[in-house]
Amino acid sequence: MDPVLLVASIMVSATPILLAALGEMVVEKAGVLNLGVEGMMITGAVVGFAAAVSTGSPVVGFLAAALASAVLSLSFGFLTQVLLSNQVATGLGLTLVGLGLSALVGAGFEGVRAPGMGKLWIPGLAEIPVIGPMFFRHDFMVYVSLLLVAGVWAFLKYTRAGLILRAVGEDHESAHALGYKVVRVRLAAIFFGGACAGLGGAYVSLVRVPQWTEGMTAGAGWIALAIVVFASWRPLGVLIGAYLFGGVTVLQLNLQAAGAKVPVELLSMSPYLITILVLVIISARGVHGAPGSLGRSFHASA
Amino acid sequence: MKRRTLLASAAMGLALAAAPAFAQDKPKIGFVYVGPVNDGGWSQHHHEAAVKMKEHFGDSIEMIEQESVPEGADAERVLTQMALSGADLIFTTSFGYMDPTINVAAKFPDVKFEHATGYKTADNVSAYSARFYEGRAITGYLAGAMTKSNKIGYIGSFPIPEVIRGINSSFLHAKKANPDVEMSVVWLSTWFDPAKEADATQALLDQGVDVVLAHTDSTAPLSVLEKAGGFGFGQAGDMYDYAPEPRLSSIIDEWAPYYIDRVQAIIDGTWTSQNVWQGIGDGMVGIGEITGPVPEDVKATVLKMKDDIASGAYHPFTGPINKQDGSAWLADGEVAEDGVLAGMNFYVEGLTGDIPN
Repeated sequence: MDPVLLVASIMVSATPILLAALGEMVVEKAGVLNLGVEGMMITGAVVGFAAAVSTGSPVVGFLAAALASAVLSLSFGFLTQVLLSNQVATGLGLTLVGLGLSALVGAGFEGVRAPGMGKLWIPGLAEIPVIGPMFFRHDFMVYVSLLLVAGVWAFLKYTRAGLILRAVGEDHESAHALGYKVVRVRLAAIFFGGACAGLGGAYVSLVRVPQWTEGMTAGAGWIALAIVVFASWRPLGVLIGAYLFGGVTVLQLNLQAAGAKVPVELLSMSPYLITILVLVIISARGVHGAPGSLGRSFHASA
Repeated sequence: MKRRTLLASAAMGLALAAAPAFAQDKPKIGFVYVGPVNDGGWSQHHHEAAVKMKEHFGDSIEMIEQESVPEGADAERVLTQMALSGADLIFTTSFGYMDPTINVAAKFPDVKFEHATGYKTADNVSAYSARFYEGRAITGYLAGAMTKSNKIGYIGSFPIPEVIRGINSSFLHAKKANPDVEMSVVWLSTWFDPAKEADATQALLDQGVDVVLAHTDSTAPLSVLEKAGGFGFGQAGDMYDYAPEPRLSSIIDEWAPYYIDRVQAIIDGTWTSQNVWQGIGDGMVGIGEITGPVPEDVKATVLKMKDDIASGAYHPFTGPINKQDGSAWLADGEVAEDGVLAGMNFYVEGLTGDIPN
């Protein structure tokens, strides 16, 4: 088994859930639980594919995907933040809407080819033996996803806006008392979360598979939701979680393909087993890091 | 008295109103699919056959369909719903619907069921399946002939006899074309998950495989092969969108004639439970056009093989064949019995790895 090819495959396999989980983490940091990640991902997958095919440009595809999913997520934002609907039910509704809508939009795009995405070799670094082909010869979205992780980390840790976002998520009453616009902050976070999920979905349809097939995200959005918990709501944790999950998935397929003498049942279970194991370890430590107001509706007159 | 007359006439009126409706009651035919009806493969081809059947009968029948029904408890719910809504005949088109079909059929003795690719039947449950392993002989031979690395890959869904037959048939015939060939099998535990199918294809390519046979439902493996290089085959559908390369040929499911036949039996009132298994000769298994850089002699060989299978002159499981552990299965010239094939749970000699439970 070639470790260079393996690591390169892991990065491709992990990118969609990394993007979606990162967006969802920001949403949850603002105190909103959006269970519609799967619906936003599949919407991003179909819109990104359609836009890329129509214009011939994958970049336009990704931008359109981010915008479409972000706008879709605002419907969730409007219902939960303005009309104060239940977040769990509305999020599940968003998933169903996304799945249905994508099937409708994508009807004419089956069997169509996606425009190719060139690999972006990072000058200098890509030439390094072993490390170069592993990490520095990917399509641009892999780097965008990593930059986003770093950006979100810096934003939450070092900026005033990040502090406000966290304050809104921890205790919306206090944040409101301090004069922060709770609903506005949350809508912005939901918008960002939607855009990230859209990018993740478009990565599946434009790079990882690459084609449009109805229902093609096949539960990746739910994995992203689990990874946010797994990460204890920390950007670095999301990165590790997504790469661990993507890594174990790809590794088990490679072990099977290489004819390793390990029972297939065990290999197929391994991504889920490891996720559960880490969740147990986190719980045992007693530190969850869940934002204090997560999932609770906020109404200013209360 | 008056009231009684009124009631009687009302009842009479109801009966009169109901009678013509009853006389016009058209046979209602249901179809249940495991994937979306536009998956490009398995479910789409059942759906297209169902539509052809409907076109054949026109308005004389009514058709209801339900797509993306998970195998298991959900299937039972959907089937019960269909039976309650007045379906006369229900086609359940995935292996995993076998037990749900049998269970629901026991509760609705007047409703007829047709289960695809299984082996259990009842008074009101027929089983129908295609001898896909005949098609796998053709694609397996092409895979063996076209590999340059002598490594071919097989993406399996679930370790059920149908899939294991396909793996064995592919491997035996790849070996006929190329004695040095090795085959890696990757199990996915799903019929439809394009991202996973794509990852599996990539994993096989990373291991040096250059021809991939798939027994899952989407066209994702062909998408990856087109991008990364290598050859593949259409499965369930022609998948001609990917011709001439990477798609070299395909195994096509032709369900429409069977569906028309069985619905006609319902209309005529002659439907009886049966267990049919039809192959290339009966027209239930089609072989797609051979495309790409397949040499003429290889093409001639597989087309002859196809004709011989159709005429019955050649059976893809003809001895001598040993089991994986080296024990003898079929003696020289001996042909596999249908009973053994129907329950096939072992690899043939030369395949590596274990079949998951």
